[in-house]
Amino acid sequence: MTEETNGLSRAARQDAFFQALCFSAAMVLMATLAGLLVALVIGGWPALAHFGPKFFISAAWDPVAEDYGAAGPIVGTLVTAGLAMVMALPLAVGIAVFLVEFCPAVLAKYVSMAVELLAGIPSIVYGMWGLFVLAPWFALHVQLPLFYVVDPDSFWGHLFEGIPNGANIFTAAMILAIMVLPYIATVLRELLLSVPTHVREAAYGMGCTPYEVVSRIMLPYIRRSAIGAVMLGLGRALGETMAVTFIIGNSHEFPRSLFASGSTIASTIANEFAEASSDLHVSALLALGLVLFVITFAALVGARLLIGQEKA
Amino acid sequence: MRFDRHTRRKLVNYGFVGLTMAATAVAVIALLLILWSLVVNGLGGIGLHIFTMDQPPPEMPGGLRNAILGSLEMCAIGMVMAVVIGILAGTWLAEYGEGKRLAEVVRFLNDVLLSAPSILIGLFVYELLVRPLHGFSAAAGAVALAFVATPVVTRTTEDILRLQSNQLREAGMAMGAGKSYVIRAIIWRASRPGLVTGALLGFARISGETAPLLFTSLGNPDLSFALTQPMGALPTTIYQFALSAFDDWRALAWVGALLIAITVLAANIIGRALARGSHQS
Repeated sequence: MTEETNGLSRAARQDAFFQALCFSAAMVLMATLAGLLVALVIGGWPALAHFGPKFFISAAWDPVAEDYGAAGPIVGTLVTAGLAMVMALPLAVGIAVFLVEFCPAVLAKYVSMAVELLAGIPSIVYGMWGLFVLAPWFALHVQLPLFYVVDPDSFWGHLFEGIPNGANIFTAAMILAIMVLPYIATVLRELLLSVPTHVREAAYGMGCTPYEVVSRIMLPYIRRSAIGAVMLGLGRALGETMAVTFIIGNSHEFPRSLFASGSTIASTIANEFAEASSDLHVSALLALGLVLFVITFAALVGARLLIGQEKA
Repeated sequence: MRFDRHTRRKLVNYGFVGLTMAATAVAVIALLLILWSLVVNGLGGIGLHIFTMDQPPPEMPGGLRNAILGSLEMCAIGMVMAVVIGILAGTWLAEYGEGKRLAEVVRFLNDVLLSAPSILIGLFVYELLVRPLHGFSAAAGAVALAFVATPVVTRTTEDILRLQSNQLREAGMAMGAGKSYVIRAIIWRASRPGLVTGALLGFARISGETAPLLFTSLGNPDLSFALTQPMGALPTTIYQFALSAFDDWRALAWVGALLIAITVLAANIIGRALARGSHQS
């Protein structure tokens, strides 16, 4: 073999090696997600097999009697995340529309930076702020006044029932709403910017007011992807751990009112996993983790499908 | 009072503009309120002792040295793993994955990992490293953090590499360089600020992460550098102290929260500034 072909084959070998290296790194990512699922299934299986379908409908959570039912945390997760989306969505739409349509260019840079920073604040800081600032304020200025005004036997009385300490499902949802707000607002903003200029200008040319352009032309135009943006935020809210653990009050009772303390899947795992002593307790928590994985995975897949379709 | 149609449309429009402004104000005010309470509650406690003394027993003077150094060590190890795997995986997606079905799957799963609840990563690493090896360890904490940061690095790397023009690649090829050499010597070098951004964003993500550490590195009240032992970390110490009944522990928790917030926000801002700079050039 001449020196030249030697050099060539060495370069080819190098190329092949490098490609294999990059490929295996990508496979590590896939293996992580697969391993995550397998670990949760294996770990949660004993509890699922022991309790059967009852695991999902029973609200008992008694480590002493070794009786575990996931209904409380599952409902707590869905309710807090759902409430958070109800609070966050109008705000996110408002922010996105303001940034795209009404905000002066000088200000836009700072406003969008503030929104991005909101996304950067760690969850534990939100948790501390919620526990030490939001909860006392909420108890004093919302819960106590309502307590005096509302008849405890009326519908509203039951809805607002709870210990007035501010640590409850509603305040947890408020914190979650602030946390997911930047994610939804950022995606919505990009979607609004993707509306073709000629569509907008045609509407303005017909004499529409900005409100009419936004509400009748732009928002319907991005509707499908916007649902995806909401589901992306939902995925975040469902799995959020530390902030919720601080403020939700951590009771395993089935939540009966807006101002009752409750728990989510993530907060239950965070509170109990390191101290769980019996195998069945550990397994029940891993089974809860599996439920959370399935719910968030569904939300994220939905988000991806809806957002992806319009962009393509 | 009755309005004609024109006036009504105008008024509705003003109302709408006002509402969008109010929504934006809510977000900005929330940010300011959070930063303000961090400063008010945390700034007073900052002093040299925070960095020179370990976390104290209740009612005793002390700092956060063990937690800060523990966080730094685990984040550093986690970032090394995340940067190596993330940059290589992002490179595969951008340079070798073109048109491959498998690349779409990997990209999709990476997006899922990016938003997956980090507490599940903690459970996974517990099952992977803690249970089989019979003990909480700093190594397990670092691996958990790496799993959280890798998708961030992968995503940014792919985005950045795709921004490089094909002429750059073709020019390298035309000089007779192999594909892997072009990527390493030309594409990576041209993308360097962007790759640093990816690493910074990954670091910003994990430096405040608590959930993945709860069942992996656990926490340790004493200074420790051993990878096989439980290790303290700022977020886990904050979690423990904030929920305690002792005032001075809570004060330390606020100091820790302020330190973390400053670190994360600085990493975010620097990272984004770098990314912006490289887009313009």
